Amino acid sequence: MYNLKWILPPFLAFLAILTYPLWSGPKGAMPELAKPKGEACVESATWMRANHMQLLDHWREEVVRNQSRVYVNQAGQRFEKSLTKTCLSCHNNKQEFCDRCHNYTSVKPYCFECHVDPKLSEVSHVQ
Amino acid sequence: MKLLAPLVAVFALAALALGGAAAGQYYLLGVVIPYVAFALFLFGFSYKIYGWAKTPVPFNIPTTCGQQKALPWIKGNELEAPSSTLGVLGRMALEVLVFRSLFRNTKANLEPGPDLSYESDKSLWLFGLLFHWSFLLIFLRHYRFFLEPVPFFVGFLEKFDGLLQITLPTFYLTDALILLGISALFARRVISPKMRYISLAADYFPLMLIGAIALSGMGMRYLHKVDIALVKTHIQGLITFHPEAHVIGATFYVHLLLVSALAAYFPFSKLMHMGGVFFSPTRNLANDSRVNRHINPWNPQIKIRTYADYEADFKDKMKSAGIPLDAD
Amino acid sequence: MSKFVAKPAELAEAIASQASLLTGETPQTNWMETPAEFKPGNYCYSAKPEALNGLGLPHAREWDPAEADWKLPEDWMQRLHVGMKERLGKNRAFKLFMEICVRCGACADKCHFFLGTGDPKNMPVMRAELMRSIYRGEFTVAGKLLGQLGGARKFTEEVVKEWFMYYYQCTECRRCSVFCPYGIDTAEITMMARELLHLIGVNINWVLKPASDCNRTGNHLNLEPHAFVSALESICEDLEDITGIAIEPPINKKGAEVLFITPSADAFAVPGMYTMMGYLLLFKHIGLDYTISTYASEGGNFGLFTSSDVMKKLNGKMYHEAERLGVKWILGGECGHMWRVVHQYMSTMNGPAPFLEVPKNPITGTLFEHAKETKMVHIAEFTADLIHHHKLKLDPSRNDHRNVTFHDSCNTSRGMGLIEEPRYILNQVVNNFHEMPEDTIREKTFCCGSGSGLNTEEYMDIRMRGGFPRAAAARWAKKTHGSDLLAAICAIDRVALTASMNYWVPGMEVSGLHELVGNALIMDGEKNRDIDLREDDLERPTLGPMAEEED
Repeated sequence: MYNLKWILPPFLAFLAILTYPLWSGPKGAMPELAKPKGEACVESATWMRANHMQLLDHWREEVVRNQSRVYVNQAGQRFEKSLTKTCLSCHNNKQEFCDRCHNYTSVKPYCFECHVDPKLSEVSHVQ
Repeated sequence: MKLLAPLVAVFALAALALGGAAAGQYYLLGVVIPYVAFALFLFGFSYKIYGWAKTPVPFNIPTTCGQQKALPWIKGNELEAPSSTLGVLGRMALEVLVFRSLFRNTKANLEPGPDLSYESDKSLWLFGLLFHWSFLLIFLRHYRFFLEPVPFFVGFLEKFDGLLQITLPTFYLTDALILLGISALFARRVISPKMRYISLAADYFPLMLIGAIALSGMGMRYLHKVDIALVKTHIQGLITFHPEAHVIGATFYVHLLLVSALAAYFPFSKLMHMGGVFFSPTRNLANDSRVNRHINPWNPQIKIRTYADYEADFKDKMKSAGIPLDAD
Repeated sequence: MSKFVAKPAELAEAIASQASLLTGETPQTNWMETPAEFKPGNYCYSAKPEALNGLGLPHAREWDPAEADWKLPEDWMQRLHVGMKERLGKNRAFKLFMEICVRCGACADKCHFFLGTGDPKNMPVMRAELMRSIYRGEFTVAGKLLGQLGGARKFTEEVVKEWFMYYYQCTECRRCSVFCPYGIDTAEITMMARELLHLIGVNINWVLKPASDCNRTGNHLNLEPHAFVSALESICEDLEDITGIAIEPPINKKGAEVLFITPSADAFAVPGMYTMMGYLLLFKHIGLDYTISTYASEGGNFGLFTSSDVMKKLNGKMYHEAERLGVKWILGGECGHMWRVVHQYMSTMNGPAPFLEVPKNPITGTLFEHAKETKMVHIAEFTADLIHHHKLKLDPSRNDHRNVTFHDSCNTSRGMGLIEEPRYILNQVVNNFHEMPEDTIREKTFCCGSGSGLNTEEYMDIRMRGGFPRAAAARWAKKTHGSDLLAAICAIDRVALTASMNYWVPGMEVSGLHELVGNALIMDGEKNRDIDLREDDLERPTLGPMAEEED
């Protein structure tokens, strides 16, 4: 072997960075999410997990631009197109539902830059 | 054929993933193949590096692209003809990070006369740089799936990359740039007669494969969405060696199989230029061979024709020409 | 004019009207299926058995590249396979350059032979693929399994012929390596290819004869000691006629301070001997205690174009002679490939040289620290140091009858970085100095077209084509600045460029740097200098820009 002092350290560093996830200690499995109230979501849970952001984005468009406030789901049920009134009424623990999953996947939605978590607003009200 | 075979190969891989997912082969697609591919990558990459490391560099052969450091009052160019290790590090950094040599590129034009003219041609440099840097940033962004908690740089990259704040989920600049880069690199191979003539199937395949990886990834992000929390759970299972099969959208398995193919193919292909660029003796050696002796480990014993042999042969002629002799 | 090349106008027309990759036309056939075609002017004669025997190279025989049967040894494929394997294990550059090329094409139009011939196999990437395709087929799994699809091809005699043609159609100038993002150096691949071809007795006479002669007589020109001395004496006679200064260069003088070694062409042929006059005047001017050796009478080293073993064998004489003569250090003359060897190979191959001292300029006191290991200094460094310290009396107006442009040698610019020293000197000894176009000088300089041992008559067609990019740049300097003298610091250049300038740029003469130094040097006791070292009248009218518009 030749020029090892120049080859080995950078190469080991490269391998270390590459395999870091393998040996860097305990990993987080999917965090426990707060159980929502209520029986069923507006669409199937599986579909919602992948597509809720698109649904909410779509709702926002509809409400703001077309004043269309009623969502009819696949099964024909009707819901109000509202994050706070519809979604958060069942998923009433934002921190342990929305945030946990978003943090887990490094997603930073800007929903709550305008909307407020009802629970938080109650708290601030009391204060 | 050179174009068709790689194209077929990439489509076949994608079809295989779709078929596998349809047939419920989630364990094979999600666990077995990624493990094998990653192992091949690690083993193959290390083996290649070992192969180069065990081969000696017999001679000190930097290509000097600037003034040497010799006389104290003529300024040497440390980045183009480095005289020191620091200079070499600078030269290598420029080469690896910003593709210094490609930045020099010129295009020769044969003109009537005949005459030759040269013009600067930075297109390969630009598209190469766009492609490679986008690839790196995208790769790093994927660490959100590999680490929990998600490391700080991922959030930083995502913010920077999503600067435009259009579409939902936020559109990433690197997604567009990697497609731009790879399309341009592909287009020049197909359009330029010179490039078409020198290109091998092994040149088209990686471009198509990486293009397909980018497209399937983007498809997953913007069009046919998957449950990324489940994706992360799946990956966390893989890296903690508690793998489980998960039912995730087929796009994910297409993406994963293509990535696995790339990883497995990487060490056995020209893609090893990633490691090789650091090993090139024309770039990574200091232009100091008159100051420090470079050692060739196999420097052979060569018998020269000594002066004594020479004088013995030409003694008389030397004497009559009045040349002093050792023998006298 | 040579019978091995068409008339300039015809070749110009052929180059201008070509339909090739250079002009955007795609060749009819895939390169893997295009055999090499040998015709007069495009190949060098095979090496004579004496030359091979003189160097101990195998499979000496009479053979002719233009004939179908090359009389290769039965086991040629085995020999090449084993030789390749051995070199892959011994040389990281070779192994790496076989494996990491991405065929980005940055090198494609950088080769002077491609620019002059349009032959796709003269694109550096293609030249390397000629070998890589065999490497893949012989040594990689993908190549064995996938065949052509894996970039591999069959190892046939046609491949050997193609290697011979294209690895002797590369001058190891390294211009491609400047532009390669991985620094892939075709010169390295060409060197390996030539070494491999020696294993089966496939080589050219114009490289091996000088190498073999140099081993025997001490110089490429096969000048035995008495002939070498008389060549120097005749130069000194001319020099005395021109300047009135009598010089007797010390030969094989023990105990001299400096051993001076320069290419033997400087002692023998025009225009190199004018450069020799310049050296001799310079040494006389400063009273240098030096000697010239008949045994180490060659600066150049055709071993570089043969194999690392032969290179080492020929280079070994320099230190051997320096030790025998008891000099303190070695001064090297103007030569390109000589300096590639001295700068990049000598101390590795034949060092260390503890019997020498760190070179010190006895006139200025400058310690040449940059050569403290090799103990060998380039004459341009030496002279620049003298001028910088005002030790030379110079009259640059004695070069006013000349309008000079400067050609960087491939090896000194890209294998050493000697770029500013000669320019510094030129600016002090010449009043009219202008550069050629930016993309053709310094590290981007073009080869003369005949380097690496290809400077032979029977190769004239390819030489003139390969010399075309340099000639086009020189023609530009002539048109734009009125340049009529192309100065170079390389002995091969001085011969090769003379031929290609006569061919492409009539009226452009070629000189060495120290010829111009010699013209400018004001010597004590000199006679009225009304002629220059080549005995041209100093009053000769100079060309103005556009003065001679012939096309």
